[in-house]
Amino acid sequence: MPPSALIKIIGLKKSFGPKKVLDGVDLDVEKGKITVIIGRSGEGKSFLLKHIIGLLRPDEGQIFLEGQEITAMREREFNEVRKRFGMLFQGAALFDSMSVGGNVGFPLKEHTDLSDEDIMKVVGEKLRRVGLVGVEKMTTAELSGGMKKRVGLARAIVMDPEIVLFDEPTTGLDPIMSDSIADLVLDTQRELKTTYVLITHDIPFTYKIADKIAMLHEGKIIEQGSVEEMKKNPNPVLRQFLEGRAEGPIRVY
Amino acid sequence: MIRAYLESIGRSAQRFVEAAGLMAIMLMRAVVLVFTPPVKFRNIFKQMEFVGVQSLFVVVLTGSFTGMVLALQGYNALKRFGAESLVGPTVALSMARELGPVLTGLMVTGRAGSAMATELGTMRVTEQIDALVTMAVNPVKYLVVPRIIAGVLMFPLLTVVTDFVGVVGGYVIGVQLLGINPGVYVGRTIDFVQVSDIMTGLYKSTVFGLITTMVACFNGFYTTGGAEGVGRAATLSVVTASVMILVSDYIMSSFMI
Repeated sequence: MPPSALIKIIGLKKSFGPKKVLDGVDLDVEKGKITVIIGRSGEGKSFLLKHIIGLLRPDEGQIFLEGQEITAMREREFNEVRKRFGMLFQGAALFDSMSVGGNVGFPLKEHTDLSDEDIMKVVGEKLRRVGLVGVEKMTTAELSGGMKKRVGLARAIVMDPEIVLFDEPTTGLDPIMSDSIADLVLDTQRELKTTYVLITHDIPFTYKIADKIAMLHEGKIIEQGSVEEMKKNPNPVLRQFLEGRAEGPIRVY
Repeated sequence: MIRAYLESIGRSAQRFVEAAGLMAIMLMRAVVLVFTPPVKFRNIFKQMEFVGVQSLFVVVLTGSFTGMVLALQGYNALKRFGAESLVGPTVALSMARELGPVLTGLMVTGRAGSAMATELGTMRVTEQIDALVTMAVNPVKYLVVPRIIAGVLMFPLLTVVTDFVGVVGGYVIGVQLLGINPGVYVGRTIDFVQVSDIMTGLYKSTVFGLITTMVACFNGFYTTGGAEGVGRAATLSVVTASVMILVSDYIMSSFMI
């Protein structure tokens, strides 16, 4: 295990009824790096992410965070660990009962003693960091898809977490918006050297941001490496996926 | 054929027990969390406003017309053996002991219960509840507890309103329309109705408040299957809570008579 492995996943298994979603996932996430997990839709990428933050518990296997086994933790202990994480959901999962400012400031309101004024200051600063100005009072219904993701990212990083998880950050966005999200990911990550874990099936996006790519296929990580390594890797499954072909070893239903 | 039939009975029984167990667990967690600081009064007040204040109009309408029809029917029936003077107590007792709490319960279930299930269900399917968890916020404490508190506190208050407008409605019909002597009407009502009659109704409505909010939160919280699932959760909440209100009403009445 490399000394910088922040999150270590060992033999993670999860089934829903008869369907094996994760079938022994092994993966190291290095500190301060961007790890991108790629794979087809419905391959269980989201489930993997949800295990890391404890939304799901595995049937078998462990996840370690800095050597601490988080999968064995009780809910209350896990809640302390969760404060070190931020997560951006696929649909951004903004609270529609609150304004944009209320959404971004929500974790601060729940977990800190900051005054409303101070909270709004932090909120404004985080929103600026994701490229939004003067949107605090808007309702979430007024936001476009790309803006929702930005607000979701601002909310995910508002507590300055050590690790941020991204569930399909570019799904449903046009290519230009996807590219700007990629820039945003790189900008926000570089500044604080936060550890990012993303799942996506957007290949150009992956090539642009990844320090490490891991491919999830049929419940296992079949290949992993840097962008250059993955581009050269001859594994036919990986090749088919990266090149986006319908013919090949992966069967299309 | 028979086997498939039996299996489907077994499956639905299993589902029922599972749901009952999950709901009991959720209720237990919620009760513990009510007493766990910090208490977020803002959320509680918001829900109280939603369950209570915003239900006033519908409750006033229901109560007044029920009181009115009770007076009309009561008068018709009591006249047959010359007991028209008892219309007042008939209306007041029916309202306080049964119709006040039950009708309030059913109406607010239709209004607030369905809305709660829909809101929580939508939050579930759009991952907003998951988002709460990832932000280290306990979703039961944040979403369920304020709603249950609001239900338990506001249902009795709404019942008081229903009782009152019902009695007023009965008075208007009995005295103004049917010509019962106002002094007799009010005097008889005061003679017959005791505080314990009103309290019986309020105890019941507290339980109804718990039932409605608990069922709605439970169904919303465990919604699956997108927009269709949200609709299902709302319908199921209203039906389940309404039936539970009527059944528990009978059980409580048989103990409190």
